[in-house]
Amino acid sequence: MSTLVIAEHDNSTLNGATLNAVTAAQALGADIDILVAGAGCGAVGEQAAAVAGVNKVLVADNAAYGHQLAENVALLIAEVGAGYDNIVAAATTNGKNTMPRVAALLDVAQISDIIAVESADTFKRPIYAGNVIATVQSADAKKVITVRTTAFDAAAAEGGSASVEAVGAAHDAGISEFVGEELAQSDRPELTAASVVISGGRGMQNGENFKLLDGIADKLGAAIGASRAAVDAGFVPNDMQVGQTGKIVAPDLYIAVGISGAIQHLAGMKDSKVIVAINKDEDAPIFQVADYGLVADLFEALPELEGKL
Amino acid sequence: MKVLVAVKRVVDYNVKVRAKADGSDVDLNNVKMAINPFCEIAVEEAVRLKEAGVATEVVVVSVGEKPCQEQIRTALALGADRGVQVETEGSVEPLVVAKLLKGVVEKEQPQLVILGKQSIDGDNNQTGQMLGALTNMAQGTFASEVKIDGDAVSVTREVDGGLQTVKLKLPAIVTTDLRLNEPRYASLPNIMKAKKKPLDVFSPADLGVEVTSHLTQLKVEPPAERQAGIKVASVDELVDKLKNEAKVI
Ligand SMILES: Cc1cc2nc3c(=O)[nH]c(=O)nc-3n(C[C@H](O)[C@H](O)[C@H](O)COP(=O)(O)OP(=O)(O)OC[C@H]3O[C@@H](n4cnc5c(N)ncnc54)[C@H](O)[C@@H]3O)c2cc1C
Ligand SMILES: Nc1ncnc2c1ncn2[C@@H]1O[C@H](COP(=O)(O)O)[C@@H](O)[C@H]1O
Repeated sequence: MSTLVIAEHDNSTLNGATLNAVTAAQALGADIDILVAGAGCGAVGEQAAAVAGVNKVLVADNAAYGHQLAENVALLIAEVGAGYDNIVAAATTNGKNTMPRVAALLDVAQISDIIAVESADTFKRPIYAGNVIATVQSADAKKVITVRTTAFDAAAAEGGSASVEAVGAAHDAGISEFVGEELAQSDRPELTAASVVISGGRGMQNGENFKLLDGIADKLGAAIGASRAAVDAGFVPNDMQVGQTGKIVAPDLYIAVGISGAIQHLAGMKDSKVIVAINKDEDAPIFQVADYGLVADLFEALPELEGKL
Repeated sequence: MKVLVAVKRVVDYNVKVRAKADGSDVDLNNVKMAINPFCEIAVEEAVRLKEAGVATEVVVVSVGEKPCQEQIRTALALGADRGVQVETEGSVEPLVVAKLLKGVVEKEQPQLVILGKQSIDGDNNQTGQMLGALTNMAQGTFASEVKIDGDAVSVTREVDGGLQTVKLKLPAIVTTDLRLNEPRYASLPNIMKAKKKPLDVFSPADLGVEVTSHLTQLKVEPPAERQAGIKVASVDELVDKLKNEAKVI
């Protein structure tokens, strides 16, 4: 039995989400290899080789993989993955983009967003915005799996000594090209990896007011998130959306400010250890999941909170 | 240019779905059904392409039991021209939906296929990508902007780090994200007109596809309950609780 974990990276640094995927892969009970597909990604191969519990790292270094275009990378993964029982990736936007393509190429189902491994063929995954947890069993000989990273601890980034091998396979489907990207620049921790997250909703009224969260985030070392309503209204960019169809977070502390608590928002944060809600409506559904609820006008509560931290 | 849009019938997004007491499945008795919100965005995008003179015909397809014709009619009322139902029984896995959609793609030969990024019942986020692999088409998933440009389409994608733009050769696949557009409401006259628009029904066999099952749902259960929390009276009390009780700051 063997498992291939697909590395998430930007050609220079291995993304932490890969470490959570490795832990999920370990639960499958098979030997683990990591595939690094990219361009000029040798450093990532070395980082992957240092991850504890990894057997071998395969590095496919080719211009066609530089921007993780699904059309190219899926062909590579399907070829390399042919020899494995399981192919596993983190359920990041990259993993979600590429892995179903791999599954279809291999004519198997994909099991999306697993939160637990029950046995080598049985998994738990949330459905209906996390209102229900389904246990599913796969009849496929080969399993293609994406992993909800918040449900698995990170494997140790150091301590391993896997061998590194180059993979020659070059697949350029020639049907897609990368044009450009606008990546958010921030000194704050990454939303999905932060131990404290403070999110603002429609109650923030505008993008300018999100600055009220900055001082608190600075003091707590927090990442800043948002509800869909705040993103749709253009207060903040899309990469800050927490929820069923945005990012899933599970920090030690989640502070929801001016967020009503729709099921789609709760789906993205209700596994946080401690939840705080600040909302002026005492009947807001967010209070049903909050450990500590403060009924208050956020424009008064936030400056006071910043002052008292 | 012909545009094909895939729409799925799902539980309305306002419904809080629960597991049945015996854990055999979710309880969907008498719940309100609707078009998957991401599919509604897909229909809107196709209709806008038609209104802009870029698309010439918008065909909607749904895979499911007879009642999914309601969602096809909704899409027709929003401005699609023609409907196709692929009649199946029970729930069909994304890989099979993708195979059936491939059959429809071969019949219809669209230049662009628009799907939702995710169905809000199964939360799979798979079908568009799978259809891409099966038809060897490029995919612009999680789209927040779609621009047709000669024999290519530029798609701006919502990715974890921000936004990414790719250029895809046509025919291509797009899956919609929330910011792509704001769907319109169907007007009463358009709902009436939609009743007369053509709707063809095919069986999987007509499309040469065998409906198989790769996954078995063994049980469903509610997620772990959170313990009821408390209301604090002031910011001071909140800070005190976080420091001394929860010990998270
Ligand atoms: C297909 C689909 C997918 C979705 N995906 C997501 C998702 O991933 N993430 C997500 O968040 N949503 C998602 N939604 C949207 C979701 O249903 C809600 O509409 C959204 O979460 C509401 O955001 P909100 O709580 O900020 O706004 P509202 O519901 O408008 O709530 C604003 C809150 O702010 C409070 N408030 C206002 N002023 C103040 C003040 N001065 N002080 C204190 N409190 C104040 C109000 O009392 C209210 O409770 C999705 C919806 C659909 C249909
Ligand atoms: N039964 C279906 N009929 C038509 N389209 C579907 C069906 N299932 C999924 N789709 C399409 O695929 C998208 C993603 O669904 P999923 O992969 O199930 O999350 C949906 O938004 C639809 O556009």
